[in-house]
Amino acid sequence: MRPLLSRRCAPAAICAALALAGLHASSAADEPVIRVTARKFEYDTPEIILKKGVPVTIELTSLDRVHGFNLPDFKTRADAIPGMVTRVRIVPDKAGTFAFFCDVFCGDGHEEMAGKIVVKD
Amino acid sequence: MSHDTIKRRDFLKLAGLGGAVFASGLSGWAQAVKSGAADEFYFVQLSDTHWGFNGPKVNPEAASTLKKAVAAVNGLEQKPDFVVFTGDLTHTTDDPKLRRARMAEFRDIVSELKIKDVRFMPGEHDASLDRGEAYQEFFGKLHYSFDHKGVHFIALDNVSDPGASLGEAQLKWLAQHLKQLGKDAPIVVLAHRPLFDLYPQWDWATRDGASAVELLMPHKNVTVFYGHIHQEHHHKTGHIAHHAAKSLIFPLPAPGSAPKRAPIPWDEAEPNKGIGFRSIEADAKGAQYKLAELPVPKG
Ligand SMILES: [Cu+2]
Repeated sequence: MRPLLSRRCAPAAICAALALAGLHASSAADEPVIRVTARKFEYDTPEIILKKGVPVTIELTSLDRVHGFNLPDFKTRADAIPGMVTRVRIVPDKAGTFAFFCDVFCGDGHEEMAGKIVVKD
Repeated sequence: MSHDTIKRRDFLKLAGLGGAVFASGLSGWAQAVKSGAADEFYFVQLSDTHWGFNGPKVNPEAASTLKKAVAAVNGLEQKPDFVVFTGDLTHTTDDPKLRRARMAEFRDIVSELKIKDVRFMPGEHDASLDRGEAYQEFFGKLHYSFDHKGVHFIALDNVSDPGASLGEAQLKWLAQHLKQLGKDAPIVVLAHRPLFDLYPQWDWATRDGASAVELLMPHKNVTVFYGHIHQEHHHKTGHIAHHAAKSLIFPLPAPGSAPKRAPIPWDEAEPNKGIGFRSIEADAKGAQYKLAELPVPKG
C-alpha cells in the first residue's frame, strides 16, 4: 500500500513517506508528482493511489530500454525512456481501480508488465 | 467442379474434426455453393504457434503441438488452396541467435505441410525486438498483398514497430493500394493484432488501427482475419467483420474475464483444450466466408 496523496505534506514525516513512495510536491504547479521507473518487466511503483479530483503528474523514466505506460481508462500513454523523464498529467475524475501496462514490446515478460492506479473518493 | 464443392463442404464433417461453423456475410452462400463456381476455395489460418515457448503448466506438449497441427492440416480430406500463419510463429527471445534458431526450426517443421503455398506474417514475438530483421531473413516481407481466385488479400504488419503501430508509411501504402481496387472488390485483410480496440486494458488494440479501418470503410466487402488474442472472437466495425483465431500454443481468457491476461493452464482431462486452427471457405463472388474451428487432435 502506498500513502494517499495529499496536496500538502506539512509534517516532515509525511513528506519523507511521500518521498520514499516516489512522491513529492512539484514546486511549479504545486501539484503532486509521482515518479515511476520502468525496467524489464516491471514498474517500481506498481500501485499508485490517487485521490479523486487531485490531478497529478507522473514522471516516467526507464532503467534499461524503452517501455510504455498506457492507462486506457484515462486515454493516456507515454514512453518511458532511459536517461529521460517523460511527464504525464492525470486528472483522476473517477474513483476505481484502473490498469496501466507496458505497450512497447520489450521481451519475454512484456505481457506481465503492468500496474494499477487506485483512485479513492 | 460441383463434386469438388461437395467434397470440400463435407470435409468438415468427415475429417472427424467437428468444430463450430461460423458464417460471415448475410446471404447467397447456399446459392454460390450450388453453382460450384470457380471462385470458391478454402484456405487455412494458423496462428500464434510460439515455437520455442516453454511453460509445462500451460502446454506440456509445446514441443509437439505445432507438429500435430501440421499433421492435422495434412490430414484434411481436401487440400486447402493455401495456408496462412497470422504471426507469433516463434516465442520471443532477447538472443538474436536463438531467435534465428527458432525461426529455422519453425520453418523446418512447417515445410512438412503438403500444401506448398504457405504465407507467413510476423507477430510481436517474432519481430518487435529487432523491427523484423530476423523475420525478413527467413520469411520475407513484413506486409504485402496477393490475389487469389478473385479475392484480394492484404497482409498488414502491426508488430514490427514495438509500439504496435502500422505507421505512416504502411498506411500510405495501404491507401495507395486500395485506390486501385474497386469499391466492390472482395478484400481480406490479414493482421496479427486486432485493428480495432478490442480490449485496450489488455493492450488488445493497434495504436493506429482506426486509421486502417477508416481507409477500408469505403470498400463494401472487407473481412479481417487476425490472431494475437489466442481465442476465437468475432466483431464488427460497421460492415467490416473481424475474426480472431485460436492459438496453437495456449488459450488466453476472454477479454476482461480474468484479473490478468495470463494463459489458461493446461487441462490434463482435456489436452489441447482451447487451441486449434481454422478453415475458411471463401466465395469470392459473394465476398462471403464460412469459418470452421478445428482442434488439434490429442495423442
Ligand atoms: Cu516493457
